[in-house]
Amino acid sequence: MLVQLSHPNRQIEVKGPKRTKDLLRELNLVMEAHLVIRGDELVTEDEWLADADQIEIRPVISGG
Amino acid sequence: MNCTKCPTSTRAVIGLPRHNAAFCKNCFITFVHEQVARAIKSFKMLSPEDRILVAVSGGKDSLALWHILLKLGYRADALYVNLGIGSYSEESHRKVRHYADNEAAAHGAKLIVHVVEQEAGAGIRELATILHRPTCSTCGTIKRYQFNRAAIEQEYDVMATGHNLDDEAARLLGNVLHWQNDYLDKQSPTLPASVEGFAKKVKPLCRLSEREIAAYAVVNRLDYIVEECPMAKGSKMILYKEVLNRLETESPGTKQRFYWGFLDKQAKPEAPAESMADKDQRTLLPCDSCGQPTTAGTCTYCKMMAKAKSATLR
Ligand code: SF4
Ligand SMILES: [Zn+2]
Ligand SMILES: [Zn+2]
Repeated sequence: MLVQLSHPNRQIEVKGPKRTKDLLRELNLVMEAHLVIRGDELVTEDEWLADADQIEIRPVISGG
Repeated sequence: MNCTKCPTSTRAVIGLPRHNAAFCKNCFITFVHEQVARAIKSFKMLSPEDRILVAVSGGKDSLALWHILLKLGYRADALYVNLGIGSYSEESHRKVRHYADNEAAAHGAKLIVHVVEQEAGAGIRELATILHRPTCSTCGTIKRYQFNRAAIEQEYDVMATGHNLDDEAARLLGNVLHWQNDYLDKQSPTLPASVEGFAKKVKPLCRLSEREIAAYAVVNRLDYIVEECPMAKGSKMILYKEVLNRLETESPGTKQRFYWGFLDKQAKPEAPAESMADKDQRTLLPCDSCGQPTTAGTCTYCKMMAKAKSATLR
């Protein structure tokens, strides 16, 4: 699956199927600081992500 | 994960461990609106007739706040300050304009824009260099000034900002780490209008975490700027938030207990506590077996030893 990351903007390829929380753990990202979006829908941490999915992991922390 | 509120158990779009809940899209929107309404009520932030000025930056918090206030039926206009920070300012300006024209206008709300370059002749970074001051403190002064000026000149009753639970918990952590007592007093989600011509200030998102607000923006298709202001890189606030989020992940509800607990304490100051020495005097007596001080007849140590002996003898 293609995973879009921010800060800096980049895309990585990850092998599916995989649970959302495992994807985050492998990338060393905390759930509390990120949203996972499939297409344009939010997914919860127990959701399975398939190889064909378009995923965005969006950081939610801002520093202002 | 299914919605914990719907009888039909629709698929949840977000899990909220700190509330032991998961919500589908509609229940989540209701949850967010309820949290804001509760904050407004319990901190006496707004009344239905108030004219409100929301400070918007193009980020998720302020756009979501504007959206929620309009949805709840408040009369809320917004002020955007264009800081002149290259593509960041251009894009955030575009997003705010887009929301104002496509959503807010339908509610009869308007957007006021202040462009720093037009009044000061330079963007915020150049100004900071000229003034030998850190960019963020220059920026803070300008934004506060413009916000207050617009509120007073155009006769708004209240200024609202998009500060969320994470912002307030991180600020509290910073203030406590450095024992900034004066700042602690200013951390209330409602600051009354003061005599010197400052408008009343409120933070209606103080019950919602940053993640919840971002999720609200996503499910409502609010187009906000995900990219950060380039000046925010490496800020202390981000570090405090990361630390708090690690704690939150281990024990959900930490941020909320930390900040709300502080607000509770502030609201009802306790009677001066009895000193530790006085309390000891009042409650401690010699153990009837060994004579060491204890609050029970026989001290815990003696009870433990008695139990251990009877167990080993058996
Ligand atoms: S990071 Fe600094 S310069 Fe950027 S908006 Fe925030 S206070 Fe202003
Ligand atoms: Zn539901
Ligand atoms: Zn004893």
